[in-house]
Amino acid sequence: MAARRISSLFSRSFTSVSAHSFRGKSSGLGRVTCRYSTAVSIEEPIAPSVPVNHTQLLINGQFVDAASGKTFPTLDPRTGDVIAHVAEGDAEDINRAVSAARKAFDEGPWPRMSGYERSKILLRFADLLEKHNDEIATLETWDNGKPYEQAARIEIPMVTRIIRYYAGWADKIHGLTVPADGAHHVQTLHEPIGVAGQIIPWNFPLLMFSWKIGPALACGNTIVLKTAEQTPLSALYASKLLYEAGLPPGVLNVVSGFGPTAGAALASHMEVDKLAFTGSTATGKAVLGLAAKSNLKSVTLELGGKSPFIICEDADVDQAVELAHLALFFNQGQCCCAGSRTYVHERIYDEFVEKSKARAMKRAVGDPFKGGIEQGPQIDSEQFEKIMKYIRSGIDSGATLETGGDRLGKKGFYIQPTVFSNVKEDMLIAQDEIFGPVQSILKFKDLSEVVKRANNSSYGLAAGVFTQNIDTANTLTRALRVGTVWINCYDVFDAAIPFGGYKMSGQGREKGIYSLQNYLQVKAVVTPLKNPSWL
Amino acid sequence: MADHRNGSSEPLIKLPTIKFTKLFINGQFVDSISGKTFETIDPRTGELIARVAEGDKEDVDLAVKAARHAFDHGPWPRLSGSERGRIMMKFADLIDEHIEDLAALDTINAGKLFNWGKAVDIPQTAHNFRYYAGAADKIHGEVLKMSRELQGYTLREPFGVVGHIIPWNFPSAMFSMKVAPALAAGCTMVLKPAEQTPLSALYYAHLAKLAGLPDGVLNVVTGFGPTAGAAVASHMDIDKVSFTGSTEVGRVVMQAAATSNLKAVSLELGGKSPLIIFDDADVDKAAELALMGILFNKGEICVASSRVYVQEGIYDEIVKKLVEKAKAWKVGDPFDPTVRHGPQVDKKQFEKILSYIEHGKREGATLLTGGKPACEKGYYIEPTIFTDVKEDMLISKDEIFGPVMSLMKFKTMEEAIKCANNTRYGLAAGIVTKNLDVANTVSRSIRAGVIWINCYFAFDKDCPYGGYKMSGFGRDMGMEALHKYLQVKSVVTPIYNSPWL
Repeated sequence: MAARRISSLFSRSFTSVSAHSFRGKSSGLGRVTCRYSTAVSIEEPIAPSVPVNHTQLLINGQFVDAASGKTFPTLDPRTGDVIAHVAEGDAEDINRAVSAARKAFDEGPWPRMSGYERSKILLRFADLLEKHNDEIATLETWDNGKPYEQAARIEIPMVTRIIRYYAGWADKIHGLTVPADGAHHVQTLHEPIGVAGQIIPWNFPLLMFSWKIGPALACGNTIVLKTAEQTPLSALYASKLLYEAGLPPGVLNVVSGFGPTAGAALASHMEVDKLAFTGSTATGKAVLGLAAKSNLKSVTLELGGKSPFIICEDADVDQAVELAHLALFFNQGQCCCAGSRTYVHERIYDEFVEKSKARAMKRAVGDPFKGGIEQGPQIDSEQFEKIMKYIRSGIDSGATLETGGDRLGKKGFYIQPTVFSNVKEDMLIAQDEIFGPVQSILKFKDLSEVVKRANNSSYGLAAGVFTQNIDTANTLTRALRVGTVWINCYDVFDAAIPFGGYKMSGQGREKGIYSLQNYLQVKAVVTPLKNPSWL
Repeated sequence: MADHRNGSSEPLIKLPTIKFTKLFINGQFVDSISGKTFETIDPRTGELIARVAEGDKEDVDLAVKAARHAFDHGPWPRLSGSERGRIMMKFADLIDEHIEDLAALDTINAGKLFNWGKAVDIPQTAHNFRYYAGAADKIHGEVLKMSRELQGYTLREPFGVVGHIIPWNFPSAMFSMKVAPALAAGCTMVLKPAEQTPLSALYYAHLAKLAGLPDGVLNVVTGFGPTAGAAVASHMDIDKVSFTGSTEVGRVVMQAAATSNLKAVSLELGGKSPLIIFDDADVDKAAELALMGILFNKGEICVASSRVYVQEGIYDEIVKKLVEKAKAWKVGDPFDPTVRHGPQVDKKQFEKILSYIEHGKREGATLLTGGKPACEKGYYIEPTIFTDVKEDMLISKDEIFGPVMSLMKFKTMEEAIKCANNTRYGLAAGIVTKNLDVANTVSRSIRAGVIWINCYFAFDKDCPYGGYKMSGFGRDMGMEALHKYLQVKSVVTPIYNSPWL
């Protein structure tokens, strides 16, 4: 039920068939299922049905090789095999891309056309995305390892939805007329900020692409976007469609490459007016430092999290188990807002742990191209090793390993759904962002205690609250120092709902009306009034 | 003057087949219950185009019932804003695909310029639907700053069943200005087009159905004001009525709302809008603006610049230019692409305008140019300019709704402001000056809903407009119009142990 709620909130077009598959056959608790029974399909990966046509950098509307001529391999996380060799952008390519974006902003038609004209191009882009939905979803799964059904029925339709949402903003960006303390006429102009640099992560490649480019384009900016080196493919494909939709040259430039080279060059570029980054807190710090050292460009950061999911004593345990499971395991646990600290009231704790374990053991893990699969491989060997290290740390620190804890299959980066109970705050697994399929269950007694413990984190991205009591819901909502509170739901994303972090989870908000502020300068215009008839 | 090729000549394009002449209720085209029909006339010739179903109270009742059901039980208000937006986007695409047909319908039915319809009116209608399609998922309430331990927020909820009564001067634009924001808000509706111009509204209803609008959400009842219109305004099950038309009828609509169920009312009524030209203006551009301000759409526009005030320093020059330009202004068949001015909408308007012209002459105003019918057949009137117009003359007080300008001279800015505000209307005003201070002072001083500085008719989807004083209340267009179709509900609940207030 909870899964259907999530999927239906992601996209209404999500069919009941796939909702069923996402429910992960969890309804029949008594049914006998093989533990991780899909190992066979892991061994024989399904061949994706799309060619990889775009592997070069996209600069000024043209696909070009890197200046150095270098390429890097992008890998299939199911096997570790090479999918394609992709042009490796570096500082010189970032320079080329920024100069194209600069020219497109300073002299090109994009910021000069009406919002309605910009919106029509974005609407055409959305139509093309819809038309190529399945090809893009295939690329996404191939490059990222996420379940194809999730990509094809939730994520890419959500990308389309995000683009349409921002198309609707383009002709509604309002400044204000402002009251002055005296005879002055004052208005604010909301002007595009200029060239935006955007660095996106690998966990939701095209969704993050849309969160970034949507508001920037609607507001009339031009862009240099660096994709994650793990997942360069879908953004190149989609950007080509955007040009087909009529985007003027140089408005969006996509540079594939690595953080320390291409990413750093973008963050420290003197001609980039704004930087938006989504990724780890460590890298976010580096990005902010580079912005400070270079031209003081304004920065938006959407970083890590260690989000609490608080299940109160009045909760329906079965529903809570399902929701907490999805809050953590969705997308292989590779979500910045994953509900990675599951706080359960002591009265229902034992039942909850037992059922969470059972649910995790039923999770369908396997080749993400296979129907009904809930969990694919982790993104790469580095993440895989990191997660395995955290699992060992959990065991070593005395948490109870209820299930999982090991790799799955011999090839690729599959990890068993893992559940720890008896987790304590001072354990590393309760403090660090693991970014993998590892659930930590903690016990609590009363509200004020759980608020304190939930807030005792350097992060503040999201939180879940599970209760039917309106007062409990309101108290927790206001007390939690996080950017999103989901009450009796989780991972409910919508184009209009702002998303971002308190504390070291970041700065600024993406999506919704709030995201427009990231890409607009405010200019106050003041002029005296002679003999005004009113003030 | 121009060649007055009128409707008796060869048609310049193939006229559209009239496909839709019945009422559109609950997704179906149906006859009126009485079986009655009325004639719709081509103003170029005064000849019959088609007979259209004549809706009356019983038909309005049926339409309201369908709209009520669609609102109370149907999917429309329950769809997410983005889903409503998708259907509206599809509707806009269908309008774009039928530009020729729709423009031709408005031309034969309202005498509007065909090329203008193709290039501006109909694309703008589609644009209007796209604008509000994009607004449907951007309806925000607010979370409130309560002064004690309370959580408060506002919900902006659709008003319910809306009645729209629209005029004949811009059949397509008015249709979209009313229907699009109401649809975006999640309302259902009954629309009564003007009896002069029922055809395009029925065509739009057909396209809306094709686009996937659920049955009952949009109902179109063609008919007359005293019967169908009055039934809408006084209906006990309509939650809001939005009317565009004359001030006289607006008053009747509001009274009907008051004596029935106190439904919310918004009115966009008449105007007698001033255009004030200062000495520092470019004479040629100012004269062009003034002429366009009164002659556009044959003066059948509520914001027409029907009172032109010119500062004394350039008055004589402006007069000369105006006459020159008015004489070059081509009146004739609206299908002719070189024509700038077609026939008035019907015989009644035609005769009313001519009687105002006679009145002006009798009252002692000087007829500078025009003043006569422009063709043997049809309802064409010459561009007409009066000077020596006094504030108390009828032609400077009443909305003539035709190509008749009253030209007046002023000395100081203060005098111009005073004269401009000396009217019961307050819809729009124009200012022509290069002086920033003058522009700002006059902008704030004129009691009108839209001020155009060095431009006129600068309408935009995002730019609200509507009247002060007896020009009405409420705003069409922009996000303001969306809010017109939304109720505000405040929701409050106590909170405990909040770390902040």
